[in-house]
Amino acid sequence: MNIAVCVKQIPDPAEPGALNADHTLKRDGKLILDESDSYGVEMALQLVDKAGGGEVTLISMAPNSETSGLRTALAMGAAKAVLVSDDALKGAGALDTAKVLAAAIKRTEFDLVLAATESSDGYTGTVPEQVAAVLDLPSVTFAKHIEIDGTTAKVQRQTEAGYDEVECPLPCVVSVTAGVVEPRYPSFKGIMAAKSKPVDEVKVADLGIDASIVGWAGAGQEIVAVDKAEERQAGTIIEDDGEGFQKIVEALENLKVI
Amino acid sequence: MGIGKVWVYAETDGDKVKTITLEMLAKAREIGDTVEAIYGGDASGIAETLGKHGATKVYATGDIGDGLPGAHVGAAIADLINGGNSPDLILFGTTYDGRDISARLSVKLDKPVLTNNTEITVDGDSVVASTPVFGGTQMVRTKLTAGAPNIVLVRPKSFAAEESGGGAAAVEALAVPDVGAAGAAKITAKHVEEATGPKLDEAAVVVSGGRGLGEASKYEMVETLAKLLKGAPGASRAIVDAGWVPYSHQVGQTGKVVKPNVYIALGISGATQHMVGMKGSKNIIAVNKDAEAPIFSISDLGIIGDVHKVVPKLIEALQAKS
Repeated sequence: MNIAVCVKQIPDPAEPGALNADHTLKRDGKLILDESDSYGVEMALQLVDKAGGGEVTLISMAPNSETSGLRTALAMGAAKAVLVSDDALKGAGALDTAKVLAAAIKRTEFDLVLAATESSDGYTGTVPEQVAAVLDLPSVTFAKHIEIDGTTAKVQRQTEAGYDEVECPLPCVVSVTAGVVEPRYPSFKGIMAAKSKPVDEVKVADLGIDASIVGWAGAGQEIVAVDKAEERQAGTIIEDDGEGFQKIVEALENLKVI
Repeated sequence: MGIGKVWVYAETDGDKVKTITLEMLAKAREIGDTVEAIYGGDASGIAETLGKHGATKVYATGDIGDGLPGAHVGAAIADLINGGNSPDLILFGTTYDGRDISARLSVKLDKPVLTNNTEITVDGDSVVASTPVFGGTQMVRTKLTAGAPNIVLVRPKSFAAEESGGGAAAVEALAVPDVGAAGAAKITAKHVEEATGPKLDEAAVVVSGGRGLGEASKYEMVETLAKLLKGAPGASRAIVDAGWVPYSHQVGQTGKVVKPNVYIALGISGATQHMVGMKGSKNIIAVNKDAEAPIFSISDLGIIGDVHKVVPKLIEALQAKS
């Protein structure tokens, strides 16, 4: 059972984000593994373990040959990574990102592709399904549980009302929601081992993709402005003296909620 | 200044048209000359509502059986467009199905897709969509330059739904092509989780809990308070990721957008990812022990205190009143 897991390396969400002059998100500082992706990595490790063989390959696209987020996932137990890092990708949208990831996935042997439902920074939420479309594979999005039964993935797919049980033949693409498994902490041994695990760094041209269809050149979109949104003002902020709850009761009364 | 034809992808909840669909129809009428709907299902029961909200026609696939809509409906819309019937703009809701179908469609048409938009304007003959970033403190305006059809996804509650007084939309069959392996995922069973009380994204009062609750069992306070106020319980991403409550409870960028009359945040610090989903609430009340918590910067009433002390007293006071 070989699994390719798409992972994104993002600026630390705990730090205030900033934009470049061309309105793209600043990504030149240290990048970390998107927490949303740690669930896919964990799920992949568990599935490979259950299958009794195979390996997990990370697929990532990031500027400046960034690997610090990849090292985190390699330390968790992934075997290797494919990293696409190319200046031509600056300004990439969801569609060209999917084309690049799909081409990178094809460089590895896989029975299943996992991804998070959406990244924490760009949050378009369409990339996994677009990757499936580019690869012409079936897909199941918003998975909260995956089981492999022979050559079929049995997936519980989150819906507005509850969940659906979905069966999908392998190979396929599955996007997983956060919180569905407990991502393991890398052990010291894992961290040491991660340092020497192979990262196959490639350029867009190595993937057989014409640079004119990706990044700003191929995004089919142009950011025309970034404006300050209307700000909300803070109201009354008080320290609880044991009677703070009364203020809430009063507010609810004034608002006719009670 | 407007554009020619706008399509709205319609979704239903049971036999009712979803509010997001009606919201998009209102916006489509404002910016387009012709408004039509697309539906992945049998539209006979919803043609009247769609028409009343301005759609003159609805292209419907009929029952798509046990397949997931992404691959099937995406391919059906692509075929319609490649057959020469192309709109200038296609609107989808930022929903489960909206994302899947638009994603498949974008690859089929080789067109970009912009998600999570809260405003759409027309500049000459270009479509400009706006997305909130950094917790909704800034708006990024993006012009689509790849040419029609432009694909834009809209966050629920971005526009007001409004009837136009039109007659029932004419139903036209939308053929679903054979998509081969891409459509091989099949639904084998559906599970509906029993929910009592109002829905999270429709409730007049939302009470949400976060990491400050300390442990999963304390979420019960949130549920009790929500019930007393006839509201819905919500959650921050932190406690959903921690597995305390299901994803369906999540409010925020990656969860639901709520705009209740009153939003009560308990033990939620106010990460940007949470604020973007609730800052449109009419009134915000927050309880958090950290005076520096960002949630206080947008709260109408903030209590700097321990949720474990404030909330039980609040619940007791409300119980005494009811």
